[in-house]
Amino acid sequence: MSLLVARGLSKRFGGLHAVAGLDLAVAPGEMLGLIGPNGAGKTTVFNLLSGFLTADAGDVRFNGRSIVGLAPHAICRLGLARTFQIVRPFPRMTVLENVRVGALARHPRAPEALAQARDVVARVGLTARERVAASALTLAERKRLELARALATGPSLLLLDEVMAGLNPTEIETIIQLIRGIHESGVSILLIEHNMRAVMALSHRIVVLSFGERIAEGTPAEIASHPKVVEAYLGEEYVRAAQA
Amino acid sequence: MKWALAGALVALIALPAVLSSYALTLFILIFFYGFLGQAWNIVGGYAGQLSAGHAAFVGVGGYTAAVLSIELQLTPWIGMLVGGALAALLGAIIGYLGFRFGLRGFYFVLLTVAFAEICRVAVSNIDALGGPLGLYITFTGNPRQFQFQDGRAYYYIALALMLVATVTAWAIERRRFGVYLAAIREDEAAAEALGVNAFKYKMLAMVVSSFLTGLGGTFYAFYLFSLQPNTLFGIPLSVEIIIRPIVGGAGTLLGPILGSFILTPLAEISRLYLGQGGLHGAHLIAYGVLLIGVVLFLPEGAYPRLKRALARTSAER
Repeated sequence: MSLLVARGLSKRFGGLHAVAGLDLAVAPGEMLGLIGPNGAGKTTVFNLLSGFLTADAGDVRFNGRSIVGLAPHAICRLGLARTFQIVRPFPRMTVLENVRVGALARHPRAPEALAQARDVVARVGLTARERVAASALTLAERKRLELARALATGPSLLLLDEVMAGLNPTEIETIIQLIRGIHESGVSILLIEHNMRAVMALSHRIVVLSFGERIAEGTPAEIASHPKVVEAYLGEEYVRAAQA
Repeated sequence: MKWALAGALVALIALPAVLSSYALTLFILIFFYGFLGQAWNIVGGYAGQLSAGHAAFVGVGGYTAAVLSIELQLTPWIGMLVGGALAALLGAIIGYLGFRFGLRGFYFVLLTVAFAEICRVAVSNIDALGGPLGLYITFTGNPRQFQFQDGRAYYYIALALMLVATVTAWAIERRRFGVYLAAIREDEAAAEALGVNAFKYKMLAMVVSSFLTGLGGTFYAFYLFSLQPNTLFGIPLSVEIIIRPIVGGAGTLLGPILGSFILTPLAEISRLYLGQGGLHGAHLIAYGVLLIGVVLFLPEGAYPRLKRALARTSAER
C-alpha cells in the first residue's frame, strides 16, 4: 500500500490551472523526486498536500486516511511534514528553540522536547550554532535549520521544497548526505529540486510536472532521456533540432 | 536574578510602612497598570495579537461586579470572578471572529477597538447600568464590599493582582503553550507547518488575557467608587493598558512591570503639574513623545536592553 496517494488533484488560481488532475503516489521507504520547469505547479502541489491550500477537486490519502480539508497542523501531526522553499525560521529564536517548536509536536513536555531538539540539531550538524539566533545564520545553515525543524516533528513522510537552492557545490554535497541519512533512518521523502545532479542521484523515481500536469514518470535514467521532459525544459525546437 | 526579584518583592511588601498617602496611591496605580499590562501581554505580547480594545474587558468585569453588588448584594470578591468569566466570554467571541476569519495586524486592531466602542455605546444607553452617568458605589468601608478604610489594603490587592498575572505569564512562558505563542508571533504559517494549532493557542491566550483583565475591572470600580462608560470602556484606557508593555518590552515577563514603573509616575507627575496649569491632557503629549522615542531607540522595549546591560556588568565583574 502507498504511504501517500493523490488522485485527480486540481487547483485553479483564477484562469490559471496550476495543478490539473494530478495523480501521485509515494510508497513507504521511497524517495520520490518532483521536477518540472518554473511555474509547473510543484510548490502548489506541496501546499495542497500539506494543507496550506485546499484542492478544488481530487483526494489525498495519507496512510489510507483522507487528509483533504485538514489544517496544516493536523496533517503535520499525522506524520507529514514539509519545508518551505523560501525558508521561514523564527528569526528571534535560537536554532535550538526553533527546532524545539517542531519537537513539541511529539513531546508535549518542554524538557523532553528540548532533548529531542538537541538530537536533531546534532543530526543536521548545527550543534556549534545551537545558541545563535536564526536571523544570524547563513543561507546554507538556514536550509539545514528548515530541515531540522521539519524532522523534529517526527514525520514518516517529509516534503522537501528546494532545500538546495542557492547553495554552493560543497554545501549541496553536505545536504545530499544529510537527506540520504534521514531517508536511511526510515523517513520517506518527496523532493522538489531544480538541481538535476542532486535529484538524479537521490531519487528512486521521478515525476515530471509541466503546466500542472504529469508529463512523465520513471527512474532517473528514463527521465533523463525522455523526449517530453527535454521538450518541457528546453522547448520544442531544441528537440527537433537535436533529432535532425 | 532570582534573588534580586525576591528582594524587590520583600521591599514592595514592606514599603507601605514608610509611604506617604500620595506615594501609596502612586504605587497602587503602578501595580494596577502593571497588572493590566501583564494581562494584555499574554495575547498582545507573547502571542503578538495586538488587541487595542482591552478596556472592554475592564468595563465588562467592573460593571458585572458592581451590578451584582448593588442589585443582588453579592460580594465583589465573587462578582470579580463572574466579571472575569464574562470578560473571558467576550474575549472568546472577539478572538473567534478575529482568528477564525484570519484578521491580522491592523484589521485585528480595528476589530478589537470596534468591540470596545460597541460596549461603550451600548452601556451608555442602558438605563439599568446608569447610562452615560454610570454607577456609583456607596462607601461603607466594609472589606466584604471590597472597600477598606486603610489605603494600604488596596496597595496589597493591586500588588497581588500584578503578581498573579505575572506568575500566570511565567507559567505560560515556560510551557509548550508559551513556546507555541512565540512561534505564532514570529511566523504563523511556519508554526502551523510544525504542528502548532494557531487558532487554538491564540484563542487560549485571548481567553486567559481577557479573564485577568476582567478581574481588574472590579478593582478599578471599587477603588474609585464609580463607573462611567467613557472611562471604563474608552479608548484612552485601552491605550494606557497597551503602552506600558510596549515601552517596557512586549512578550517579556518583566516588560509590562518595568513599563508601568516608568510610565505611571510620568503620567501622574505630568497630570499633577501640567494639569494644574490648565494643560489638561498634556501627559498624553508626553506619552506620544516617549512612544516615538521607544520606537526609534528601543524597538524591543526597555526590558531586553536592561537585561543585556545587566548581563554585561555581571560578566565584567
